[in-house]
Amino acid sequence: MTEQSQAYQKLAQDHIPKPNYLKNTVNAFWVGGLICVVGQVFNNWFIAQGIAKSTAGAYTAITMIFIGALLTGLGVYDEIGKVGGAGSAIPITGFANTIVAAAMDFKAEGYVLGMAAQMYKIAGPVITYGITSAILAGLVQWLIWR
Amino acid sequence: MDYLIAFVVGGMIVAIGQVIFDTTKLTMGHIMVIYVVTGSMLTALGIYDRIIQFAGAGASLPVSNFGYVLTKGVYEVLLAEGWAGVFNGVFQLAGGPIAAAIFFGFIFALIFRPKA
Repeated sequence: MTEQSQAYQKLAQDHIPKPNYLKNTVNAFWVGGLICVVGQVFNNWFIAQGIAKSTAGAYTAITMIFIGALLTGLGVYDEIGKVGGAGSAIPITGFANTIVAAAMDFKAEGYVLGMAAQMYKIAGPVITYGITSAILAGLVQWLIWR
Repeated sequence: MDYLIAFVVGGMIVAIGQVIFDTTKLTMGHIMVIYVVTGSMLTALGIYDRIIQFAGAGASLPVSNFGYVLTKGVYEVLLAEGWAGVFNGVFQLAGGPIAAAIFFGFIFALIFRPKA
């Protein structure tokens, strides 16, 4: 590398924006926390309707998935994501978001090999690793505690 | 009070993900996978149950909860059916949410168009 290009590299390096760690983390915290509070509201409401605790948890998850999918379709979830980052990606609403967003993006490539195949771009790995580790972990837990 | 705990614990769980995202080259997809697998392991150790009892939706809304319901389903069916049930339990508890995600995901993607 010539002296000149080295100097340029250094100059360019200095201008790469660094993520604002504190701001990003604080934003993720309150956006994610708020999504959990909404989930807690639904959870308490289902339990108040006389639904068993474990079933109420599943209903809450389904309700939040519905909301996440709908807001993604409306283009609102992307706006939340710009502020929330991981705060909106990690909750279950963010999981629903990855499915709808990918499905919409690949609509143009067809309804079978485009949309239906590509909608699992991120959800697929999550489900694959989730199921594999669940079978292994559940098996270990059972062998220890049965 | 349960709202405050859900806010703080849920906020902390996702904030850890943000720190991982900002300080490594991992994508959100990688981080979601890490969360699910971690949730699964904490479930087998009996820890995730306790976090949920304490934090409610603060722990059951992050994707790590997928690991929890998947693993808990496997464990419960193993208890009931023995070895033969090893594959029968995965969707016992997680089936509803996964079905909902696929169904709503597909339907809403059919209805809506991405913003230009």
